[in-house]
Amino acid sequence: MKDTHLAERVDTMTQLKISARHVNVHYGETHAVKDVSVDIDANSVTAFIGPSGCGKSTFLRCLNRMNDTIDTCRVSGGIRIDDEDIHDRKVDPVQLRAKVGMVFQKPNPFPKSIHDNVAYGPKIHGLARTRAETSGIVEDALRKAALWDEVKDRLDAPGTGLSGGQQQRLCIARAIATAPDVLLMDEPCSALDPVATAQIEELIDDLRQSYCVVIVTHSMQQAARISRKTAFFHLGSLVEFGETDRIFTSPEDPRTENYITGRIG
Amino acid sequence: MWILDAIFSLPVLVVGLAILGYVAATARAHATAGSNFGTLAAQPRAHGTNAFFSVLIPAVGSFAALSLVRSIGLRQGVETLSVRSIFWLVLSVAAIGCIDAILRSSAGFRARVASEAWIKSLLIAASAIAILTTIGILWSMLFEATQFFRQYDWRDFLFSTDWAPNFRGNSALGILPLLWGTLYVSFIALAFAVPVGLFAAIYLSEYAGQRMRSVAKPMIEILAGIPTIVYGLFALITVGPLLRDHFAQPLGLGDSASSVMTAGLVMGIMLIPFVSSLSDDIINSVPQAMRDGSLALGATRSETIRNVVIPAALPGIVGAILLAAGRAIGETMIVVLGAGAAARLSLNPFEAMTTITVKIVSQLTGDTEFASPETLVAFALGLTLFVLTLGLNVLALVIVRKYREHYE
Repeated sequence: MKDTHLAERVDTMTQLKISARHVNVHYGETHAVKDVSVDIDANSVTAFIGPSGCGKSTFLRCLNRMNDTIDTCRVSGGIRIDDEDIHDRKVDPVQLRAKVGMVFQKPNPFPKSIHDNVAYGPKIHGLARTRAETSGIVEDALRKAALWDEVKDRLDAPGTGLSGGQQQRLCIARAIATAPDVLLMDEPCSALDPVATAQIEELIDDLRQSYCVVIVTHSMQQAARISRKTAFFHLGSLVEFGETDRIFTSPEDPRTENYITGRIG
Repeated sequence: MWILDAIFSLPVLVVGLAILGYVAATARAHATAGSNFGTLAAQPRAHGTNAFFSVLIPAVGSFAALSLVRSIGLRQGVETLSVRSIFWLVLSVAAIGCIDAILRSSAGFRARVASEAWIKSLLIAASAIAILTTIGILWSMLFEATQFFRQYDWRDFLFSTDWAPNFRGNSALGILPLLWGTLYVSFIALAFAVPVGLFAAIYLSEYAGQRMRSVAKPMIEILAGIPTIVYGLFALITVGPLLRDHFAQPLGLGDSASSVMTAGLVMGIMLIPFVSSLSDDIINSVPQAMRDGSLALGATRSETIRNVVIPAALPGIVGAILLAAGRAIGETMIVVLGAGAAARLSLNPFEAMTTITVKIVSQLTGDTEFASPETLVAFALGLTLFVLTLGLNVLALVIVRKYREHYE
């Protein structure tokens, strides 16, 4: 199985960003992720699909060690980002999370102003020394998240007062503001209407140029539209991983075929 | 007198009528429907409920109204209504309600809607009782306090630093030493209880594991169940002498076991569960998504708590602190046993002082006649306490409104 990954990597001539080997996750008694190995490219969009409870979100949360914050959760196996083991003693999970940003399923802006939402990360990590530097970072992040034009006149308004789609873009801006290389998105559009979804998808397509984007999605159309590679998870295992076009046109595994044609899940 | 016994049997009779109404209306609805329930506008049960309320609520209401009329009359020295007539009036209201509801419970009557209206009136009555009681308390305080201020100059009361009641009259009744004692003791209590309680709440809700939490939380809440007189004893025999021997005397700050510090600290211990238990519930109600959002940006746990969780929980935490402040200001027993009963204006926390509440008790339990300023001053003191806590509540509202962060 690993050989096919390697073959595809040579094909696409892209740089390897994240490499996971034999990752297992246990929640108490539940074996949520079973021996998952996957390589994720830099500057591209990789989608994780699969039915609910298949472990795709749990695996995503391994990549920035968010599972560490859950007491009952145990992660084993090796995950390397930029060829550095993220479970190494030298790695500070708090620093890691600044480098590997995350956007959640339900928009969760802080109950603060739009400006303070975006400035939150830079302030904590000391990325800006002056007020002007902070507002520069804020503007830049909001522009990258395609939200600047809509909010530039009301940066002091509460972030929670925005529409659902705007809130989600605010959360993306907030993640971008800490200058990450990787953006993890856990079903970022599942709480949004079709218009807002289209805007986010367009945004993800732009972000691909500068970030390694990993997105968990329930919508196979979405995976097909925005990702270059797709991983199909089922019952905690990674069933199939490859070029999105190939996964959707000629899946190798019957389970993948059943899922994308709507027979399971 | 049979009527005295009868008036006690009134509740039983009214409830009996209500149950009778329930059974009869249900049965009648069944009968009119026959085998075809579809003809009924409401289920038989709803007809029964409507009948039950139609008896109970008017009966209770009329009893309250008639008793009020009687007692107002008696105050003027006229018996407008005899106990006997109240008995028969209430009973007939109940009976009319019962018969009326039974007669109505036929196919076309929308009993569900009707009983909704009864329930609404019940809820309105409950909140009206709370509001009217507050107004009543305020009114009686104002009334008695006015009596006091007729006999004693309000400027002397508010601005004099001398509290020296004399049971033969001609007393000095300046509130300042008492107000100072109240604020000083409350301040020490809150300065102790707020940080300890808040940090305990943060530990329990954010750091402690499930097992620790299930043990520690009830343990802390036990503190809230201890009667204040027991705290007072603790202050009197343990904390007071301890503070005197180890702090006050070595530091040369006095040799009194009763002190503001003793009462303040013990009161602080009493207040810990108020602050911690309420804050814990409030912190827990901040959505996990807020914490995840902050942690995912690379914030540490304590940064997350400081920057996201506490601001979101602030209105509730301020509320908890205010509740504690209200308890501190109104506390009496711990002060009597811990801080003594001597009115004094001093900055030294190791000296004995006393509070407004303690003096209310001692003025009302003295043997001067009720109309004398020495007794009536208790109402002026009570009114001051009321204004003080009202001011605190307004302040809290302002703070909460200004700093509130909506997270939904």
